Amino acid sequence: MIPELGHFALVAALCVALVQGVLPLAGAQRGHAGWIALARPAAGAMNLLLLTAFACLTAAFVQNDFSVLYVAQHSNTRLPLPYRVAAVWGGHEGSLLLWVALLGLWTLAVAVFSKALPEAMTARVIGVMGLVTAGFLLFVLAASNPFERLLPGAEEGRDLNPLLQDPGLVIHPPMLYMGYVGFSVAFAFAVAALISGRLDAAWARWSRPWTLAAWIFLTLGIALGSGWAYYELGWGGWWFWDPVENASFMPWLIGTALLHSLAVTEKRGGLRNWTVLLAISAFSLSLLGTFLVRSGVLTSVHAFAADPARGVFILVFLVAVVGASLLLFAWRAPTVGPGGRFDLVSRESLLLANNALLAVACATVLLGTLYPLAVDALGAGKLSVGPPYFETVFAPLMAPLLFLIGVGPLARWKRDSVSTLARPLYWAFPCAAAVGIAVPFLLGEWKPWVALSLALAAWIVLAGALDAARRSRAAAGWPPAAFLGMHLAHFGVAVFLAGVAIVNGYQQEKDVKMEAGDTVTLAGHTLRFNGVRQRQGPNYTALAGDVDLLGGGRKLWPEKRFYPTSPMPMTEAAIDAGFLRDIYVSLGEPVDKARPEGAWIVRVHFKPCIGWIWGGCALMALGGLLAARDRRYRIGGRKKAMNHDKHGEHNENLSR
Amino acid sequence: MNRFLWPLIGFAVLAALLAAGLRLNPRELPSPLVGKTAPDFALPRLDTPERNFSPGEMRGKAWLLNVWATWCVSCRQEHPLLVEIARSKTVALVGLNYKEVRGDAAFDMDKISAETERKLAAERADSWLDRHGNPYTLSVLDLDGRAGMDYGVYGVPETYVIDKAGVIRFKHIGPVTPDVLSGKILPLVAELSK
Amino acid sequence: MRKTEKPFSAKARRREEKFFSRPVFLCVLCALCALCICAANPAFAGKTPDEAAEKRFNAIVAELRCLVCQNESLAGSGAELAHDLRREIRNMIEAGKSDGEIMDFMVGRYGDFVRYRPPLKGSTLLLWFGPALLFAGGVGGLFVCLRRRARVGDAPLSEAERREAERLLHPEKTEA
Repeated sequence: MIPELGHFALVAALCVALVQGVLPLAGAQRGHAGWIALARPAAGAMNLLLLTAFACLTAAFVQNDFSVLYVAQHSNTRLPLPYRVAAVWGGHEGSLLLWVALLGLWTLAVAVFSKALPEAMTARVIGVMGLVTAGFLLFVLAASNPFERLLPGAEEGRDLNPLLQDPGLVIHPPMLYMGYVGFSVAFAFAVAALISGRLDAAWARWSRPWTLAAWIFLTLGIALGSGWAYYELGWGGWWFWDPVENASFMPWLIGTALLHSLAVTEKRGGLRNWTVLLAISAFSLSLLGTFLVRSGVLTSVHAFAADPARGVFILVFLVAVVGASLLLFAWRAPTVGPGGRFDLVSRESLLLANNALLAVACATVLLGTLYPLAVDALGAGKLSVGPPYFETVFAPLMAPLLFLIGVGPLARWKRDSVSTLARPLYWAFPCAAAVGIAVPFLLGEWKPWVALSLALAAWIVLAGALDAARRSRAAAGWPPAAFLGMHLAHFGVAVFLAGVAIVNGYQQEKDVKMEAGDTVTLAGHTLRFNGVRQRQGPNYTALAGDVDLLGGGRKLWPEKRFYPTSPMPMTEAAIDAGFLRDIYVSLGEPVDKARPEGAWIVRVHFKPCIGWIWGGCALMALGGLLAARDRRYRIGGRKKAMNHDKHGEHNENLSR
Repeated sequence: MNRFLWPLIGFAVLAALLAAGLRLNPRELPSPLVGKTAPDFALPRLDTPERNFSPGEMRGKAWLLNVWATWCVSCRQEHPLLVEIARSKTVALVGLNYKEVRGDAAFDMDKISAETERKLAAERADSWLDRHGNPYTLSVLDLDGRAGMDYGVYGVPETYVIDKAGVIRFKHIGPVTPDVLSGKILPLVAELSK
Repeated sequence: MRKTEKPFSAKARRREEKFFSRPVFLCVLCALCALCICAANPAFAGKTPDEAAEKRFNAIVAELRCLVCQNESLAGSGAELAHDLRREIRNMIEAGKSDGEIMDFMVGRYGDFVRYRPPLKGSTLLLWFGPALLFAGGVGGLFVCLRRRARVGDAPLSEAERREAERLLHPEKTEA
């Protein structure tokens, strides 16, 4: 009964989405107030129906309804409840339903939080989102119905992939999808602007908080995925340049470029066409990622079960959405006049340089990800493009960008000069260089890439501190949230960079055969292995290694888990996480397979400053959150900002 | 031309590439050994374990090398076709039994001596062939998979077409299907046998 | 109206500026930070030298692809074939083979697909030089765009706009 209700809700949602997609857009075009007014209620209705469908699928999982095919494939009676809920998005059909449900949520958010926008614009934005939702719903109903029945119902489900039975599954995909789907709002704003011809600073100000919100979620989603891989996969890596990982990184790069470009459009009305193109690209890359994960075109650990038939459907949808929007762009962009002028050296030009570099970085990742496919399609054999390639190629591209992070915030709008910019920075440069040269020596071994990275990180921090000091001298009180947010996010980048450099440069690992009582020393830390014990989990049995971290008094329990539904044992690493280092222990194999109580091969890693990687990402997200809270985006806030001006206070919109 | 059309053109190229990609199988690897001399090995024969077999013994005629194992489910799929090939006597078929004991997860290799492994492998292979038919002119036992590694074996079953001079001419990955047999393998064998 | 706390005398301001921008002060700050990192981690001071062979093995195995997995390196894979290949590579290192010879061994049997670092050949020229070309293109496009932008004249004001600007900028000059 419940699955049928869910199915019906999906069909109803499709109808509402079509209404929501067509009528408000037509209404805005013709000035038909009645149709325009339909937008918000339609968004509300669609969201309700989608949530109902999602709730029905969740209920089927919670109740162990194995007469639903999808539940039977991804769940099990012994699966603990939190994972039964998370299993809803553990497979292709359910994760797509999550996508659509989140689309409904974002549309509702737009409907609720856009009271200050002109009705026609809101109607267009909601209309575009309705069309996108309709396309997805068509795909779900036609080719990926999660409510398909399995008759007669199975006795027991196949179980969720043990790798996914982890808190990471509960939070990583929803966060990531919030980011992907959030960019559809920026996309909808861009398309609405192109259709209406209203592409100005006001449009940028409306669009910016939505883009920020999506960017924050995507940053957190990617960071969570990376952290999950680190502690779950058992070999200490945190980024593999896997096609699906790249598919999430590319929208992030373009999203970051979009945020910076919106700053120019909002403040100075410049770069309008470029901003719109970026907004279209960010969402297009999200859709491309969806395609890559589900079509089987590229091999990836993250890919859902490949089905070329689904791939065709998604590709058609991708071509329709992106093709139509790019066609619209080509048609309308020439009618948008150039924005304000700015000099060769100015804040606008530096932000444009930031955009150019991010776009080049994204194009490089795209090249590496799709190259094997291109070579195969042209019949030139089969290639693999993996971490060695990306690491060689990506880092040099980032260096100039990281340098600019220091310079950009200090530049004046419209017109500045190299000498004016360089004066306050002339000492920061040698200081940063000094850090870069000195610290690697102190860390053990001088490595050029580490030196460069640390110098750049120090540069970003010092230049940011300088800007903050200058501002505090120029005006009293707290700087506006946007200013704080920007510097916090940039600081997060520096922390991230330092973490990556130090980990890559100075991590150590050892594979040792250990009997009970043996110790191993790595990078000044000593661990004692005390043998292995049996442990019973809710739906698995485990052999847990008893490892003492001497000098800290901590016990670590790396495990080998055996799930009845999976032939291969799962390795659960044990991590002693610290601010300055992680000690990472995992069990390899017992030396004698018949005697698990005997000696084991134990793998120990020393990972210095690895927490800074995710700490940096968290700081970036926090910075974004601060920036989104800026007074000028809040509905009542604009009135406050205007009163503020009237009293002659320092206006944060001044260039310095 | 409107310069704002470039993004659309770029996207069109990308879409075409993705469409082409849907037709390909990223898991199928072409073999770098095609066109090269078949790697040499000396492995004990299944029927007479004291004697070894080397690919050099097949010089002078085209032949097929089929990599198989009793634990391999897909091998059962292609087996009737192989029996058919043997019955029609079109081409000689040599079987390479790949990791018969080690490849089966049920066995704990630390407990099994080399002698036991050989006996066990021969027993399992023999009884399987008795039950399902023996299409092979002869079979050899590659117990540790080393010879298979030299041939670039990564998934059982695999079939190689080798010519009179001992050069590998074609490799098929996965079970042999009627299409591949009549479309690629048999015509190639016919050509090589001229 | 809020009072500002900052000193407004020019001398005081210069003194403050100098303090914060004094190079020595900041160098000391940087050095202190670096020392803190190192002091908290005695590990950095004395690094245990890894066995050269183990290091080579780890480096090689991270660059090779597990053929039966869904995009994993030989390093982390639990597959049977990965096991065999790792054993083979260890034997080859012990036998004194060079890194190049080991790579050739793998590529000779499994093709270029098995390497995560694509070899530089005709079909991969665009891959390896692409990023540099993209960078050059991006920077070039940037400069073209900036040049064009700098040449655009300021938009002329209409009479009404000019009067409004005058009123805002010089309120004391305009009539009520």
